[in-house]
Amino acid sequence: MPESTYTQLVELSAALLLLCAVLIVWRRSLGAQIRLLAVQGWALAGLVAVLGVHEDSVELVSVAVLVAVLKGVVLPRVLSRTTAADRAAAREETPLINTTASLLAVSFLTMLAYLVSRPVLVLGSTPAVAAVPVGVAMTLLGFLVLSTRRHAVSQLIGFLLLDNGIATVAFLTAGGVPLVVELGVSLDVLLVVLILQVLTSRIRTEFGDADLDDMTELHD
Amino acid sequence: MADGMRRYAGVAAATVVLVAGLALDVAVAGGGTVTALGGELRADALSAFMLTVVGAVGLTATWSGMGARSDPPPSTSYAALVVLFLGAMSLGVLADNLGVLWVAVEATTIATAFLVGHHRSRRALEAAWKYVVLGSVGVAIAFFGIVLLYAATRSAGAATLSWATLSSTQPDLDPSLVRLAAALTILGFATKAGLAPMHSWLPDAHSQAPAPVSGLMSGVLLSVAFYAILRVQAIAAPVIGTGMMRGMLATAGLLSLGVATLLLIAQRDLKRMLAYSSVEHMGVLALAAAVGGTLAIAAALLHVLGHGLAKASAFVASGWILETEGTTRLEDLRLLFRRRPGVAVPFLVAMTALLGLPPFSLFFSEVAIVVAGVQRGMTWVMAGAVLLLLGAFAALARQVASIAFGAADGDPGPPPDWSAPGRRFPLGVALGVTAVAAFVAGPFADLLTDAAGVLGAAAG
Repeated sequence: MPESTYTQLVELSAALLLLCAVLIVWRRSLGAQIRLLAVQGWALAGLVAVLGVHEDSVELVSVAVLVAVLKGVVLPRVLSRTTAADRAAAREETPLINTTASLLAVSFLTMLAYLVSRPVLVLGSTPAVAAVPVGVAMTLLGFLVLSTRRHAVSQLIGFLLLDNGIATVAFLTAGGVPLVVELGVSLDVLLVVLILQVLTSRIRTEFGDADLDDMTELHD
Repeated sequence: MADGMRRYAGVAAATVVLVAGLALDVAVAGGGTVTALGGELRADALSAFMLTVVGAVGLTATWSGMGARSDPPPSTSYAALVVLFLGAMSLGVLADNLGVLWVAVEATTIATAFLVGHHRSRRALEAAWKYVVLGSVGVAIAFFGIVLLYAATRSAGAATLSWATLSSTQPDLDPSLVRLAAALTILGFATKAGLAPMHSWLPDAHSQAPAPVSGLMSGVLLSVAFYAILRVQAIAAPVIGTGMMRGMLATAGLLSLGVATLLLIAQRDLKRMLAYSSVEHMGVLALAAAVGGTLAIAAALLHVLGHGLAKASAFVASGWILETEGTTRLEDLRLLFRRRPGVAVPFLVAMTALLGLPPFSLFFSEVAIVVAGVQRGMTWVMAGAVLLLLGAFAALARQVASIAFGAADGDPGPPPDWSAPGRRFPLGVALGVTAVAAFVAGPFADLLTDAAGVLGAAAG
């Protein structure tokens, strides 16, 4: 692959990743957020595939397939199943901050991401390293979603956004982690999401809906 | 038959871990290492010691829980999850690869999530949700740090996450990247270790989980997360010095002691009281890690063992109290010592250990950590720590005293009940070990200094 094509493809997938993250913060509909998360999963898989082809690494290309299956198909499907139960209320109704404020926070956090990524830039001036702030921004936006949304599934989406961000940084800086770790991490993420899905349905049975604001019994 | 398997699965797993830990302790005595699976699994003196702790605390919690009638009801998933938990923790301390250590720590979140939510009440559900979300996000931060560490080794020429390689070759890593990596990794594992200000999941999870599970989480999970901090610290120290990490750990330590003291004073629930006592003891461990050096780390490891055994015993006994009294509200448990000495005596002995009174080893390890801190010039930090420890002691002692003593209301009531709904023998052994551990000179002291030396070798 010519160097210029490689640069463009890396930049394209990074832009797509960030765009999906911003749109997830913007949208209130859980269905739309889940679809965006799936698109982001495919974008991440594309990024890994591009890196794999560029480095002639069969291992990375196979990891790209794993990422596509897990983050592009399986996890979004698990999330959709969770929201299928309450079609009517599949919206984030009571976020702690409104949409305008969240989008302001997005721009602030993205700038912050470029600031805190500076130590990473010592790794060289390659297109991959230049895109690292995108991964950091996704991680920070994941935190934003986790801390401002009160619907159980929204928090799940925030967690996965955070995880995608960390995975993006891992692939951009180090070509991913060793395969045994990658497999373990993927399995862990899948199981955590499945557990949270089960807990979500139990919460819905117990409290009537999946709004976490009702869970205030434990305190000192 | 199947019922027997369910009953004995946890005990059998813990016994295997304990025996393996003791065997490794002997095998690696004097600074050797044992490796398996092409170096993926590696036991040095530190891993062997931690494996022994996992086994010993695991055995205390599982064995004494046998014979319990209702809490928890024996079920296949419960037994399987306890075995999975012990397996993941053993993998964590034996893994050579920091990434695998991370995977194992995260796997315990998965194993314990349903254990925390085992009672299926609203409160248990809330605790389980908070625990999984906060725990996963916390360790995700640690994973971010590990990724950056891996990137640093890659740009230094040899991509590796192997602890053995990193600590023996000490590659020329970029300091600014390692600083960020170490900060994130320590922050992440500190969440899992229940250090303030990331401790908020801990009292909820510990108070809602079945008692033996609370004991396992407090004695094993927190300790293994602390062990992960020690490993990362040893790798980062030669590159960036100890200054930043010392600052982080000392702050977290003092903050944990402060938070624990404040919330112990007004605590009204027995199990939450034990949970905040865990926050307090993790604060002591964080201070020991901040001090560093053979004396402080050896004392910290002794503290890990003493706290694990005593806290597991206290939680198991609190489960018996819940079962016989039907409540864990402290105000309903006044004079329990007179009414039900059968469950109150094990509880009070465990609390004496946790209060840090001699002859229990926690007294000696706390003194040693403070002495080591003063030797290393952290006098003011240690002065603050001692004040907060005294505060926590007073708060905890007041709560415990209301169970042990208190004014009798004149009515003699029914005769004292000496029965217990579980097995007291394992608690006796665990607390006995805690009581004599500090006095067993010779091989045990060598074991601790060997284990501390593993980290010292890396720190240079």
